[in-house]
Amino acid sequence: MLRIDNLRKRYRTGDEALKGVSFAVPSGQIVGLIGPSGAGKSTLIRCVNRLVEPTGGRIFLDDLELTTLSRAELRKVRRRIGMIFQEFALVERLTVMENVLSGRLGYVSFWRSFARCYPPADVDKAFALLERVGVLDQTDKRADALSGGQRQRVGVARALEQDPELLLIDEPTASLDPKTSRQIMRLIREICAERNLPAIINIHDVLLAQAFVDRIVGLRAGDVVFDGPPSDLSPEVLTRIYGEEDWTALQRGQEREDEPSASDRKIVDGELERRTTLA
Amino acid sequence: MANSNAAPPLPETHETVTRAMERVWHRPPLIRNRALRWTSAAAALIYLGLALNSLDVNWLRVYEGFDRGWRFARGFLLPDFISRWSDIVIGMQESLTMSFTSTVVGVLLSVPIGIGAARNLAPPPVYLLCRAVIALSRSLQEIIVAIFFVAMFGFGPFAGFLTLSFATIGFLSKLLAEDIEDVDESQAEAIRATGAGWWQLVNYAIQPQVMPRLIGLSCYRLDINFRESAVIGIVGAGGIGATLNTAMDRYEYDSAGAVLILIIAIVMAAEYSSGYVRKWVQ
Repeated sequence: MLRIDNLRKRYRTGDEALKGVSFAVPSGQIVGLIGPSGAGKSTLIRCVNRLVEPTGGRIFLDDLELTTLSRAELRKVRRRIGMIFQEFALVERLTVMENVLSGRLGYVSFWRSFARCYPPADVDKAFALLERVGVLDQTDKRADALSGGQRQRVGVARALEQDPELLLIDEPTASLDPKTSRQIMRLIREICAERNLPAIINIHDVLLAQAFVDRIVGLRAGDVVFDGPPSDLSPEVLTRIYGEEDWTALQRGQEREDEPSASDRKIVDGELERRTTLA
Repeated sequence: MANSNAAPPLPETHETVTRAMERVWHRPPLIRNRALRWTSAAAALIYLGLALNSLDVNWLRVYEGFDRGWRFARGFLLPDFISRWSDIVIGMQESLTMSFTSTVVGVLLSVPIGIGAARNLAPPPVYLLCRAVIALSRSLQEIIVAIFFVAMFGFGPFAGFLTLSFATIGFLSKLLAEDIEDVDESQAEAIRATGAGWWQLVNYAIQPQVMPRLIGLSCYRLDINFRESAVIGIVGAGGIGATLNTAMDRYEYDSAGAVLILIIAIVMAAEYSSGYVRKWVQ
């Protein structure tokens, strides 16, 4: 459970990115954060794990207030928050396995991580996750040798390797083609369901958001201007979030997706028993 | 071909318009003020004339110099590897040892200083201190440092080793720090978001990004250090430079030629292999 209370951020340049944002995300819920560029979406999710320091308001993970933590306490909390990035943000010259294992950095000592000598349980989990996201055969390749979709799968595995209690996802599909985008969104959705994980997803693509998230929060110029189920995204609401535009074309494409369709099952083939082992 | 033929005939109307306007254009001058422009040009010319006049060339000596130059060139074309071979071997051994050890020590010292001099990793006091060390090392030319160390520790390769290590720090830390400041921030952000500590951040997010350049620069510096060892030998810091200096002092231009040819050969070999290494570590 994540609770954001009157969150404010003003950058040193004077730009007010967030003007008192409040909402809560219960366990297992996927919140899609939509809004025009510069609305403060990216700032908002970075305030949660304090990659960006908020200038006002409070954030709670369960009962722990994140906004007042010391550096050492912050490190401990960051382990519990997995993050998935827009351009994947894998360390390109490290292998896929090293990238996944970097999810354990908050748990192991520097010398262990330096020697790449992780506890067997961590390595085992990393293998299981690579298998779960479907890139097990790429384990020893360098991250920059992978395709976009494969890289984002590794990004998902790295976040899950942390054993997170919350996922922060920043434009996960911005550099992917439409089909891969849907596959990645489906993967994220399934994983959140498996682990009852709450997630906040920044997303540009309204159709993709409507198809894969439980709830939409619309942000405009640092204010929440919409908070409701995806089915309530009417042309009036979209105009409130993004401004005037002909939204009728977008409405026609709307469809809910709750179960993976047969055509896209290829990558999740035979995973049912894996799911039970991982759960 | 005549100029008038170059332009195609313009339509009647267009021609009348251009003729009516007669717009001219000149490139704006670098210095806008006309008086300032001409006086500064004249002042520069006068100073150049006076300066050239003060050089006081002894034309007879220049004529003799051609003769010496010719003897030098002949020595280079007919190098004598044999008569001073044992001196050359000792000098080469000293130079190679000096350049290798000083590169290794210099790189080992440069890595922490370079990390400390990167604005995105180090707190301001550490940053300023490391930048000061780099500035000091870079502002002192190798020969001056070599003279200083020779005065302190006497003639020989130890002074050369210290000089080259010191010079390596200025070179490598600066370039390493700049490379660290240029890393892809998103990779560092991702590692920070996992709850990694500062050392883990350096090891996982920074090191993989800067390692190829660090290796490439170290190879390059080894090459530079070898060449510099020939120069600082002249002021007494040992190595092949000392051998070269002795040969010159004795007017043994054929032995000096042999030394120069060996230096060129080794530098070329180093150049070729470092290019190969750099490609391999990408």
